[in-house]
Formats: sequence, structure tokens, C-alpha cells
Amino acid sequence: MNLLFLIGLPLLTAVAVLLSRNKQQVKWIALAGSIAQLGLAFVLFFIYQQERNSGNAAQMLFEQNYPLFASLNINFHFGVDGISIAMILLTAFVVVAGVLVSWKIEKMTKEFYFLLLLLGMGAYGFFISLDLFILFFFLEISVIPKYLLIGIWGSGKKEYSANKLALMLMGGSALILVGMLGLYFAGGRSFDILTLSKATISAGYQSLLFPLLFVGFGVFTALFPLHTWVPDGHSSAPTAGSMFLAGISMKLGGYGCLRVATYLLPEGAKEFADIIIILSAIAILYGAFATMMQKDLKYINAYSSVSHVGFSLLGIGMLTQTAITGALMQMVSHGLMTALFFAVIGMIYDRTHTRMVGDMGGLMKKLPFISTIFFIVGLCSLGLPGLSGFVAEMTIFMGSWQNTDAFHRIATIAAAMSIVVTAVYILRAIGNTVMGPIKNENYLTLKDAAWNEKLAAILLVAGILAIGIVPGWLNDLLRPAAEEIMNRIAGK
Amino acid sequence: MPNVTAIALIPLLPLAGFLLLGLFGRKYLKNSSGLIGTVLLLASTILALYTAYEYFFVYGNVGGVYQKFVPLQLTWLEFSPGVSIDMGLIIDPISVMMLVVVTFISLMVHIYSLGYLKGEERFPTYFSYLGLFTFSMLGLVLASNIFQIYIFWELVGVSSFLLIGYYYDKPSAVAACKKAFIVTRFADLGFLIGILILSFSGGTLDFSTLIERLTSPESNAFKTAAASTFLGASALTWGAALVFIGGAGKSAMFPLHIWLPDAMEGPTPVSALIHAATMVVAGVYLVARLFPIFSITVPGVLEIIGWVGAISAIIAAIIACTQTDIKRVLAYSTMSQIGYMMFALGVSNYGGEAGLGYTASMFHLFTHAMFKALLFLGAGAVIHYVHSNDMKDMGGLRKLLPITHITFLIACLAIAGVPPFAGFFSKEEILLAAFQNNMAIYYIALITSGITAFYMFRLYFNIFWNKPHHAHGENKSEGGFVMMLPLILLAISAAAAGFIPFGEFVSSDGRLLESHFHLSFSIAPVALAVVGIFTALWLYKKENDKPAKFASSMGGAYKAAYNKFYIDEVYLFITKKVLFNLIGRPAAWFDKNVVDGLMNLIGTITEYISEGIKKIQSGRVQQYAIYFLGGVIFLAALFIYLLK
Amino acid sequence: MEPGLYHILFLSTALFFIGVYGFLTRRNLITMLMSIELILNSVNLNFIAFNKYLWPNQMDGLFFSLFIIAIAAAEAAVAIAIIINLYRSHNSIDVENAEDLKY
Repeated sequence: MNLLFLIGLPLLTAVAVLLSRNKQQVKWIALAGSIAQLGLAFVLFFIYQQERNSGNAAQMLFEQNYPLFASLNINFHFGVDGISIAMILLTAFVVVAGVLVSWKIEKMTKEFYFLLLLLGMGAYGFFISLDLFILFFFLEISVIPKYLLIGIWGSGKKEYSANKLALMLMGGSALILVGMLGLYFAGGRSFDILTLSKATISAGYQSLLFPLLFVGFGVFTALFPLHTWVPDGHSSAPTAGSMFLAGISMKLGGYGCLRVATYLLPEGAKEFADIIIILSAIAILYGAFATMMQKDLKYINAYSSVSHVGFSLLGIGMLTQTAITGALMQMVSHGLMTALFFAVIGMIYDRTHTRMVGDMGGLMKKLPFISTIFFIVGLCSLGLPGLSGFVAEMTIFMGSWQNTDAFHRIATIAAAMSIVVTAVYILRAIGNTVMGPIKNENYLTLKDAAWNEKLAAILLVAGILAIGIVPGWLNDLLRPAAEEIMNRIAGK
Repeated sequence: MPNVTAIALIPLLPLAGFLLLGLFGRKYLKNSSGLIGTVLLLASTILALYTAYEYFFVYGNVGGVYQKFVPLQLTWLEFSPGVSIDMGLIIDPISVMMLVVVTFISLMVHIYSLGYLKGEERFPTYFSYLGLFTFSMLGLVLASNIFQIYIFWELVGVSSFLLIGYYYDKPSAVAACKKAFIVTRFADLGFLIGILILSFSGGTLDFSTLIERLTSPESNAFKTAAASTFLGASALTWGAALVFIGGAGKSAMFPLHIWLPDAMEGPTPVSALIHAATMVVAGVYLVARLFPIFSITVPGVLEIIGWVGAISAIIAAIIACTQTDIKRVLAYSTMSQIGYMMFALGVSNYGGEAGLGYTASMFHLFTHAMFKALLFLGAGAVIHYVHSNDMKDMGGLRKLLPITHITFLIACLAIAGVPPFAGFFSKEEILLAAFQNNMAIYYIALITSGITAFYMFRLYFNIFWNKPHHAHGENKSEGGFVMMLPLILLAISAAAAGFIPFGEFVSSDGRLLESHFHLSFSIAPVALAVVGIFTALWLYKKENDKPAKFASSMGGAYKAAYNKFYIDEVYLFITKKVLFNLIGRPAAWFDKNVVDGLMNLIGTITEYISEGIKKIQSGRVQQYAIYFLGGVIFLAALFIYLLK
Repeated sequence: MEPGLYHILFLSTALFFIGVYGFLTRRNLITMLMSIELILNSVNLNFIAFNKYLWPNQMDGLFFSLFIIAIAAAEAAVAIAIIINLYRSHNSIDVENAEDLKY
């Protein structure tokens, strides 16, 4: 399959949106385009499975390589493995859901959808790039629209948040750029991931470059203590913006941490693994405790994202195959879950015009559908079996436990403690919003979810359930790719 | 051989009910939902009985030993070769016994709820939750893999959460369901880490393999695990102890019991099903499931289990004497009885005659399920009638609720251990096992059984005798056929279950265990029970001031027991003061001010510096030209003199 | 006496610095423009002198000076246009008054 479709289709949709005449047209074109992307992602997934089943054991499938700057050895090099497929599927789900929940956007509708689709395209491009230069290019494409999305359509102190987010992510990008150039020269003047993965880079040089790349991508994925753009960014962003930000953008960072930093610089990864573990264990617990004190639903989910994404980084830091598989699962799971969470928060906010937990209560009575979804996503967040969070977290724990020394064990136990704290804050949020007596009489006239919201929620819930109930397929998809990374780390 | 389809259908039918009613109940099946759930469960119960019959009388017993079958095992999630979560079905004496208990009690509760919750707005939701719970509980019982049991463990936890919070607009119910979930969740953390330790030591998550590897001292897994120690105890000890913490949380053992009394906020049939007969015994079941490991590999942990059980039994019994909410009395009584089951396991050994405690524990689990469900359903009928949970609003109901009265009396006699009712036989065996192994626990158990008789009859007399009843409209009926049928069926079971020769079916090693009946041995407990009953009769038969005087003569002790020994307050202190104020608040503050402040500081510094250097950009062309000239001269000098 | 390379270089250096001095000290934009022309012409002189004395059989210096003259003409046109516009808006061609283009 030609992977360029994955970039071309969103681009085409975005252009079509720009050329369309009225709001109605904009929305339907965006929806049709995003559903087509979802279909394309599924097609890709099935073709990939078929190819693998027929015995194609190449590391990357559907590779395409066109020179861009031959003299600098920069190429349009695309290809996918299991990790990319999983991330593409995630992106496709979130894009459709994001388009659906934005149905009511009245202000500059065309531009809004254009930016959303552009962001989606950046993510697709990022996940299929095998050339660091192109990868970086798509990474940047997915930053700028976020700035605009928050700055124009946001709420609250949106200018501050947009600036903070853009500057911190740009700072991360700068680190990535430096690290990338270092790799280019150390690895024989190539940006190609597959070439670099075979290059021998001295251990000293690796431990110089690794922090640059890991911290750089870490900013995107809320590495403690560089996570502070997350709460502000999320809380100011429009619903779809938050969904994209947490559901996709944070995964770009995690993917980069693994695919670029860890995979290409295994010695560096080993050297810094302990620090990653400490930072992520702190992020997990500290994020969870900080969540406990939040009163704004968006802040709750933002801080809980810091905690959940910490699990991904913990899995990467543990450097075992199972833990890395778990980390990837957590990325997918968290992407779906947090997108759904933000969608639900948006739906509640649209009706009650408040996000303060203390002001709500008894929403179950009037908004049964939204409340049920809120329940499901909360339970997923606290790791209930049958939903995706459980699968990912347990895989990480099992993988972490394979390290037998006390340090790793204590870190694992510390991380595991967060499941209790998570339960505390999730139940507080659920108990005070959807349960309890109705505090505000205006709520008695609220209307439950409209078709677009229902569709978005059902789509994401389906994703969560698909992972939670039959996790085997995701495991099979990710495991060989994780094994490849582990082989590189083990020096095979 | 086991019939896989039949066994798999037992949990799947309630699941189908859950999905059907959960998805379409509100809109399309508003009126028929109760019936659908009940019929599905009836089918499930029949299949369970069929499975039990087949297992115990047809294929299960091979050469005098009840075998363990795993007729189905599907890999659900593979972690590494050999270590995977499998979804399996395990068929052995305890799982089959539990299948019968769970489906039967659940069926009774379903039928009862048809009457009890008639006219509720969320009727379909209620039955879908019941279906979810029954499915999860059956999955837990049938789990063949330690992670599978954990999965269903969490699912029963969440269905318990949903059902306790069924009256979601009552703040007390919301608080109770949160508390139940969080406390058990805390215990589950221990369980999870225990699983990690045990599975890492055993190199598998499968129950049979795990038990096999961790009980034979020759196996490599055993040696490495025994060699690695932490704080003076071996990895296995830690693992087993942590797993037990999970069990203790679910089974409301001291000091993790605080959620159970509050859980009574749920509808009464739910309390009967979840918080009396099935879910709360999951901890006992878990210990029984891993019993060979506890007994052979880590006897120290087993002793702890014994003591935890005994302490829970007596503390709960004492608190039960002082409570006035009838459901709370029953809740503490449940905790006390589960304490019995726990310490029965704790004083047991593996295999042969010494395994009496194991059999006794399972026997008590079985009989307790019957009479405690009956007590709760009876209490439900009373509450349904008087619309209050408080003893003070009751009294003299025996004429008004004749069937409830008789069945409740039978249950009280059964729990008090009066022959020939079921509780007598199972408690007898437990006491015997304790007598043989641990005298201290035996005496605690003996005293507790006296107290049990007292508080149960305190309850009985306060509801049905004491003052004459007059306050309410007398024309109301007792609750109709659907509510009385379960009471009658359960009363028959509670009266007759004791005559089942339990040792023939369930024993620690699957072999036949003769239960000996010692007349001389039963004198003491029965006498104590009778004393307890008569004390209650003397104090509570007629309305008088003796109880109040008695209570005031006890002074502080009574007050402490009435306030549940202030354990709730301790927890409240720890969570509210320590967790929220000492960790949560500083973490949030730290994030907002220090971490975020640092980022803002970087921003501010940048801004400040640029504020300073922007003055250079003065707008005067000639100034720029001078800078330029200076730069050129500097560079020229640099190239000419320094970099020759 | 035939003028040598050094003479011409001396002349062009003097012109250059006069131009620089003029550019830095004059406040009148027209004078500043004239100073720039002086600087450019000093460069032209240099090109031609080097061409004549060092590589007499090549024409590079000549062409460069022609280019510079052309550019200087264009520059003068643009600069005077700017100055006229400035005069219209500010009523002055004093460089001190044209400092709006700052932070």
C-alpha cells in the first residue's frame, strides 16, 4: 500500500475544507475526510496483518524512499511497523472523534477544521517517517496548529497557555534538532532511522546525544518536570484541541522517545534509564496526588494525563520487552481514553457552562448517556479490567518486575501505588459530578448528547473496549517491534 | 469429563443479561427487564446444579480423589513465553461448590428484587448491574489463572461500587460506594504486588503450575524464591502475605473492614447477594484457592491469617451488639462470620485429617451464604414494611410479617449455632479445627459464638417482639409471593444444609474427610449460644430500661464499641489530614508554584533581558552605523593581529 | 610625477573616511546620502586602481565599478524617494527626527 495516501488524504481534505463555501459544507467535508482516513487506517492495518501473516518479516513494511536533498542525504523515506500502525489507528480514531465533537464551533469554522486536519496530517506523517529530517518536519507541523487552536478558539487565559505550550514545545524541538544533527554526523551523514540503527556510535557520544533527544521528545510527552504546559494548555484549549493535544501530540513525544532516542542510542538509554525511571515514577505519583487537589475537570484530566503518560516513560525506562510493549499499549490506551475524557468534559461544559466539580452534581439524572461515558472513561483511567488502561498498566508492571534489583522493584511498587490514588481522584470526580443530588435547578432542563457527540463517544469507547476485552491483537502488533528495539538494546 | 459449553454458559448468561439490559433496557425492556434477568439466571443456576451433580457424582472423583479439571484455557494476553493471562475455567470441589452458591443466591436475590424494587425508575439498570456482578463473581470463581482472578476481582469490586451507589442521588450512598471501592482498591494494590512476586517466582500465572512449582522444595523456582529475601522474609512470604491483604480487603477483615458497614447503603437485596453471601467471601475463596502455597510454603503467613480472622470475628461481634441499624448489625455479623472462615483456614493444615479447618471453612462459607442471605432478605422485607433501617422504629412485627418472622428466626438459630440448623454443624467443625491447632483462637471463637447468639437475638427480639407495633398502616401486605418465595427456599436451605456430609466433597487434598461428631465437644458452644439467646430474651423481649442501664454501666467500653472503636476516624485522619493535606496539597502547590514557577521564571528572565537589550535598537541610523563600524574594526583587528 | 598606486589608495582612503565621518556626523539626510556616494566612489577608485596597476590586462575591476555606479544611481533614486516621503510626513529631513523605527 502506498503510504503517501496517509499524508495525501488529510491534505486533500484540508484543502477541500479551505475551498468550501459554507459551514455546513466544511463540517461534512471534514467528517467525510476523517472517516475516509479511519477507513484507510483500517485498510492499512489489515494489509499489514496479511503481509505479516504471509511471512514477511522485514522490519518495516511498505517502504518508500525518494530523495529530497540528495547532497545532504535527506530522503522522503516512509515505512511502517507495528508501532506505527497502532499509532496511526489511534490518530484516525481521535481525528474522527475530534471532528465530531467540534460540530458546534461557530467561530471561524473553516479555519478551525483546516487546522485540525493539518494537525492530523502532521501526526500521520510523523508516524510513518523513517527519516529524521522528515520526522522533525511533521513534528513541527503538529505544533503550530496547536498554538492557533488554543490562541483563537481557546478559553480562559488562552494567550498565556498558547504561548507557554508553543514555547515549551519549541524548546523541546530545539533539543531534538541538536540531537538529530549530532546523530547525523555521528552516524555517517544520514538521517535515515534504519541506517542509523545499524551505525556504531561510541558510548560517550551516545550519552551526550541521548539526553538531548529524550528530553526534547520528553517535553512533548510531559516528562517531569517539563510537564507544566500540559495543565494550562489543556484547560485553555477547545475540546477538540485538548483531545488532539493529549490524544495525539503527547504520543508523538512518547513515540520519539522510543523510536529515536532509545532505539538509535541504546547505550545512552542504558546509561540514563535509572534517571528516566526516577522521573517517571515521580511523575506518576506526583501527578496523581496533584490531581487529587484539582477542582476543574480539565485540570483533573490534565494532571492525570501527566500521571498516566508517566507509565509510558516508566515502561521505556525499564528496558524490558514486556515493559516497552506495555509502554506502547499505554500510549494507545491513554490516547483513546484521554481524548474521550476531554470529549466528555467538553460535552458537560457545553451544557452546564462550568467545569468546576463542586458546582455540579446529579448529572446522571438528566444526562444518562454522557454520565455513562464519563463512568466508563473514569473506570478506564483507574485501570478497570475490560478497559484498555488495565491491559497497558499490567503489562508495564509485569515487564518492570522482570528487573530483579531493589531499585526497579521499588520504582514499580511506587508506580503501582498510583492505582489507589487514581481511584481516589476519579471517584471524587465521578461522585461529585454525575452522582449525588442535583445542586443547580437549571440542570433539570439539560439535554443529553446529540448524535455527533454520541457517535464520537461510541467510537472511542469501541476502541477502548477493543483493547480492553481482546488485548491479544494489540499485543501481537506491538511485540515484534518492541522486540526489535530490545534486540538493539541488548546489542544483538 | 466436564461439559465445557455448560460450564462456560454459567457466567456468560448473566453477562448476556447485563449487555442486553444495559444497552436496551432503558428504552425497550423497561418492564420485562427483571424477568429477563431472572430467567437467564435461572438457566445459569440449573446449569450450575447440573455441573455440580456431574462433577461430584459422575466424573469428578477418580480413585477416591476429587480431581482438578481445566477444560478450557484461552490465552488472553501473553507477557513472555510461559507467562500469560489465560481465561480459563477451573473445575474442582471448591469452584463447583461456589458456582452453586453464587448462582443460587443470585437467583434468590433476582426473584426477591422483582418485588422489592418494583416501580423503581432504574429497574433495568439494577438488573443489568446484578447481571454484571453475577458474571464477574462466577468468573472469579472459575478463574484458572491468578491474573484472571484479579481481573474478575476488580470487576466484582466495580459492580459492588455500582450497586452500592444505586441510589446515586443520596450523598451517603455516593460516599459509601466510593469508600468501598477505594478501601478494596488499596487492598488490591497488595494483591497486585503479591501476584507480581508470586508469578515472577513461579514463572507462571497459571494456578495449577504455580502451586506445583511453589510447593515442591526441589523445584528451581522454589529455591530461588526462598533464597531472595527482603526485610528478613523470603520473597514467597511477602508475595503470599500481600495476596492475603487483597483477600482481607475484599473480605472485610480487620483493619480493612471499614467499607462493609457503609456498603449497606445499597438496596437490601444487593447487600444480601454481594455483601453477605458471595463477594465478601472472595477473600476466603482466594486463600482456599492458593491454600497449598499458604499451608506448605509459608505457614507463617497462614498463622497471621488465623489471627486476623479471629480478631476480626470478635471485634465485629462486639460492635454488632451495639449497633441499632439492623443492616449494620448484619454487616458486622457478616464480618464476624467471615472471620470464622478465615481463621478456620488459618488453623488448618494441608491434607488428611489435619485439613479439617479447610473443609470447615468451606462448609461455613456454604451455610453462611444461605442463612446470611436469608437474614438480609428478611431484614429487607422488614425495611420494606416499616421504611426504616433503625431498630427503634420496629418491634412487635411478628404478627404482621408471619413468614418473615419464622424464616428470620430460623436464620438466627442457624447463625447462633443451635442444632440442628446449618450453622451449628459448620461452626462445630471450625471450633474443632481450632481446638486441635490453636487454643487461643479456640477460646476467642468460643466467646464470639456466645456473643453472636446474643446480638442476633437482640436483633430478632427488637424487630419482632419488644414494643407493640402500631405506627404504620396495618393493611399493607408482607411483600407478595416473589419476596416470600426466596425467603422460604433459603430458610429450607438454612435449616437443612448442615446435614450435607461436606467432608466427602470438599477437602484440602480432594480426598474424603470423615467428620466426627463429638457430643461432649459441642456442649460448650451450644451452651454459650443458649446463654446468649436467653440474655437477649431477658433484655429485649419486652420494652424496658435494662438495656440502657446495662449500656451505661459499661461506660466507655460501650461507647467505643458503639463508635466502632474509632477505626473510621483513624482512616479519616489518615486520608483527609495526611494524604490530602500533607501530600496532595503540597504536590499541587509545588506544581503550581515551583515547577510551573520555574518555567515562568525562565520566561520572565528572558523578557527582562530583552527589555534591557532592546534599548540598543534606538531607531537612530547613525548609531547603528557606529556599531557597525565598531564591529568591522573589531573583526579587522581580530583577523589582522590575532588570527594571522 | 606619474601618480602611483599608493597615491590613489591614499586618495580613496581619505575619501572613504571623509564619507564615513560625514555619514556619522551630519544630521541632514541628503548630506548623509552624499557621504555614502563618497564611500562608494572611494571603492570605485580602489577597484580601478588595482585593476590598472596590478592586473592591467583584465577588466574585472572596471566592470565592478560600472556595477557600483549603476547601483549607486538606483540607490540614490530610492533614497531620495524615501527622503521626500519623510519630508512629507515629518516636515523635516533631519535624521534625528526620523527615529520612529525602533523597539
